[in-house]
Amino acid sequence: MSIARFWRETPRRYNLGGSKCTICGTVYFPPRAVCPTCPRHRQTLEKMVPFQLTGDGEVFSFTIVHDAAEGFDMQVPYVMALVTTVEGPILTGQVVDVTPEEVHIGLKVRATFRKLREEGKAGVIHYGYKFSPAVDSDVRPPVRGPGVPSETTTPAPSDRASA
Amino acid sequence: MREVAVLGVGQTKFGELWDRSFREIGIEAGLQALVDAKLGSGDLGGLFLGNMASGTLLDQEHIAPLILDYAGLAGRHLPAVRVEGGGASGSLALHQGFLAVASGHYDFVVVGGAEKMTDVPDTTANAIISSTADHEWEVVFGATLPALWGLIARRHMHEFGTTREQLARVAVQMHENASKNPLAHYRNKLTLAQVMGAGGVAEPLGVLDCAPLSDGAAAVVLGPLEVARKYTDTPIRIAASEVACDTMAVQHRASVTTLESTVAAARRAFARARRAPADVRVAEVHDAYTISALIALEDLGFVEKGQAGPEFESGRFAPGGSLVINPSGGLKAQGRPFGAVGVAQVVELVRQLRGEAKERQVSGATLALAHDVGGTGATSAVHLLERAN
Amino acid sequence: MDAGIVSYGAYVPRYRITPAEIGRVWGVDGEGMGQALNVHRKSVPAPDEDTITISTEALRTALIRGAIDPQQIGALYVGSESHPYAVKPSATVVSQAVGATPNLTAADFEFACKAGTAAIQTCLGLVGAQMIRYGVAIGTDTSQGAPGDALEYSASAGGAAFVIGRENVIARVHRTVSYTTDTPDFWRREGQRYPSHGGRFTGEPAYFKHVTECANRMFEAVGSAPKDYAHVVFHQPNGKFPQRVGKQLGFTDAQMRYGLVTPFIGNTYSGAALIGLANVLDHAKPGERILMVGYGSGAGSDAFDIEATDAVATFDRSYGRPIQEYLDGGVEIPYAMYAKFRGKINMGDT
Repeated sequence: MSIARFWRETPRRYNLGGSKCTICGTVYFPPRAVCPTCPRHRQTLEKMVPFQLTGDGEVFSFTIVHDAAEGFDMQVPYVMALVTTVEGPILTGQVVDVTPEEVHIGLKVRATFRKLREEGKAGVIHYGYKFSPAVDSDVRPPVRGPGVPSETTTPAPSDRASA
Repeated sequence: MREVAVLGVGQTKFGELWDRSFREIGIEAGLQALVDAKLGSGDLGGLFLGNMASGTLLDQEHIAPLILDYAGLAGRHLPAVRVEGGGASGSLALHQGFLAVASGHYDFVVVGGAEKMTDVPDTTANAIISSTADHEWEVVFGATLPALWGLIARRHMHEFGTTREQLARVAVQMHENASKNPLAHYRNKLTLAQVMGAGGVAEPLGVLDCAPLSDGAAAVVLGPLEVARKYTDTPIRIAASEVACDTMAVQHRASVTTLESTVAAARRAFARARRAPADVRVAEVHDAYTISALIALEDLGFVEKGQAGPEFESGRFAPGGSLVINPSGGLKAQGRPFGAVGVAQVVELVRQLRGEAKERQVSGATLALAHDVGGTGATSAVHLLERAN
Repeated sequence: MDAGIVSYGAYVPRYRITPAEIGRVWGVDGEGMGQALNVHRKSVPAPDEDTITISTEALRTALIRGAIDPQQIGALYVGSESHPYAVKPSATVVSQAVGATPNLTAADFEFACKAGTAAIQTCLGLVGAQMIRYGVAIGTDTSQGAPGDALEYSASAGGAAFVIGRENVIARVHRTVSYTTDTPDFWRREGQRYPSHGGRFTGEPAYFKHVTECANRMFEAVGSAPKDYAHVVFHQPNGKFPQRVGKQLGFTDAQMRYGLVTPFIGNTYSGAALIGLANVLDHAKPGERILMVGYGSGAGSDAFDIEATDAVATFDRSYGRPIQEYLDGGVEIPYAMYAKFRGKINMGDT
C-alpha cells in the first residue's frame, strides 16, 4: 500500500472526518466534493464543509470472514460489518472485542483505533477505525467547555436533513 | 443506428489452463468465432477486448493489440481497444462493439473477453478481484469481494427471510447444469449438504457459494443485421445492449439488497427491445456468489424483490421450466474468468437461440437475456438477444 | 506549583492469560509462580493493538472526559519501551489520531517503566512555565518477556494518559523529585526481541533502592510522612515488590489498595504506576493527598506529591471505563492464542 496514498487519508481513517452539505444537511463519509443528494449538485461545489463523525453507530449487516483480506490473516475468523453511524453515513469496518456469536444486526458499536495492516516487518504500519461494542460508559457527555467547534458535535435531530 | 447481429461465436474451455498462455486462449476463442461466422480476416474491422486485470495478473497491460498481433493481424493496422469494468468487462466490451457496428463506423468487429487468473497464487488473485470493490473504503478495512457479498446476503436474509438452504440450492443447480457443458470448469454434481457443509469464506457464504478463479476466453463476431444472412443461417439480433452504474461502495447504496445498476440496465433494455421479463425464456445471470444470482432474478424483474429464495427453491428456473437460468452452469460451475464471462454468457445464449446447445438446449427459446455485474454492482450490463426472422 | 492533572483516561486490552496456563506450557508450577509474584492474570493485546492504539484510546477518553479541545494541546509525549517503531515517534500518530496536530511539540520517551512519569514531569515544566496550555503525558507498553522466562508471567499491555494544565485541575501536583543512577538491572539491546535482566539484582540494588531513596527525598522536600497520604502508588513489576517497599516505608494496605493494579492485569511497564494513579483518581476525594513513586530500570525513580482538588468530586467520568472494570473483566485465552497474538510463533518471515 502506497505510503503517500495512505497518509493522505489519515484525517478520514484516524479521525472520521466527513463532510456535510450546507444546502440539504446530508452528512457524507468519506467526504465528498459534490453533494449527490441535492438535485442541482454542481451548485454544491463550494457548499460542502468538514463534519466530524463521533464513530457511534449500530450494526446494519455483518459477515464472518474466513478468507482474509491482505493484512488480516492473524485475525481469522473476523467480523466485518456495515455500521450505520448516528450522523447518517454507513461505514464498512471490522467489529473487534467481540465473538462472532455476539454480533447481531442492531448491535450498538463505537469506533476504536486499531492497526489495519503492516507492510511486513520493516514497512509502515497503517492505522484506522474499527468498531467495538458500545457499553453504557461510551455514552458521550454533552459537550461543554471552550474551543470545541460546533460542527464536531452530534447534531440535534432537528439539524439533520430527513432521509 | 442500424441493427446488429451476432454472426459467430467461439469459446475455450474454462478452468485451470496450465499449458495455455493468455495470448493462446485469446486467439483460440477469436479465431473460432471468425470461422463460425465464416468471416474472412480481410473483412474484420476491429477488436474490442474485455479484460479485468491483465496488468496485475500477468504483468501485461495493453493487451488488445497483443491479441490482434498474435492472430496474425498486426499488419492490417486495425483498431483494438481493451475495455474494463471489473467483472463486467466482457459485457462492456460487447456494448462497445455493439455501438461500433450500430453507429455504422465499423461493419464487422470481434468482441472478445479473456482472463488468465491462475498464474498467480490464490491470495494474490483474491486481492486483485477485491480491487473491483472500493479499495480505499472497503478493502483497506478488511472487506474482500466475497465479504461484501456476504454483507449483502446477511441483509437479504434479515429483510426477506432468505435462508442458507435457498442460497445453497443455486450452487447445486449450477453444477447440475454444468454437468452437461463440456467447456465448464466444474462438471461435478453437488448435493445440498455438500454446499451447506463447505468451509466458510464470508458467512453466510461458504466455499461452494462462490464462483472459482478460472482461465478462459470467449468471443463473438458482430455485424450489421441487414447482411447477416450472408454469413450465417441463424443470425441472432442484439435487441438491446444497456449499461448502468451505481455507487462504488456497498455502504453508499440506496438499498444494500438491490443492485440499482441492474434494475436500471434491465429497464432500459426491455424498453428498447419493447419486451418484458415475462418474454424471456433463457437467461445467463451474474451468479458470482449464490446471493448474487438470487438478487439478479429480483432486479431483472423475473421475481418480486425478496422472493428469489423461495422461487428458485421451487425449481421454476431449472431446465424444463418457463425461464431457464444459467444453462451453461453460470459463473459458479462453468467458471469465472472475469473478463470473459460477459462474452461467454452471450456465446451460450446464441447457441441456445440457434438450437445448437445439445444436452443443455432450452426448447422454444426466442428471447434471451445476459446479465453481467462489476464489483458488487457499481456496473451492470444487460443484453437482450433474439432470433432474427 | 499550580499545575496538575486536568483529566485522565486509561485503556487495557480485552484478553487475559493466567500464570497457570503459561506454566502449563513450560512444565512449571504456573499457579505457584503467580502466587510468588502476586499476579493472578495479565492482559494480552490483540494482533491489531500496539502502544500507539492503546495510547490513543486512553487519550481520547481523557480528552472527552475533560471536554478538552485537542487543538489546545501544546505538547504530547508517549513514554514506552515497546514503541512500534524504533525510529518514528508514537507521539505523532497519537497526536494526529486525537486531532492535536499540527501546532504542538511531540516526542517519545524511553526509560523502561518510568517513561510515562518522566513525561508527566516534562509537561509540568512546560505548563508551569506557561509555555503551553495543556500537555499530554502517556505511559503505555505492550512489553514481552522471553518465552519461559520469569518475566513472561507478568509482562502485559496497557496505558494511561494524563492531561496536565493549570485550569480545572482535579489533582494538583505540589512537587516532583527524582533519583537517577546508572544501574543495569534490566535492559534490551537494539535489535533484540526480548529484554534481559540481572535476576535478583533487579531487587535490592535497583527497584527497592531507587523507590526508597526517592520517596525519602520527597518526604524531606515537602516535610511529609507516609501517614499524610490517603493513597500511595508505586511502580509495580509484580504484586509483591510494591507491597514490600510500601510496608518498609511505613504505608498500610489501605493506602496502597487502589494504586495496586498489577495483580489483576499484569505489569503494564510504563503504564503501571499511571494506571495505578488512574485507579486512585477514580476513587479519590477532595483534599486527599496522593504519593506516586514510579521506577524505571536503568535506573531511576520519579516521585509526585499530589493533592486531589474539589474538582475531582464533580469530574465527569461517565465516558470510558472505570479502572476497576479492567481489573475485574477480560476474556481468558490459552497460551497458543497468546503466542499467536504476541508474534511468538515463527511465521518464516524473520
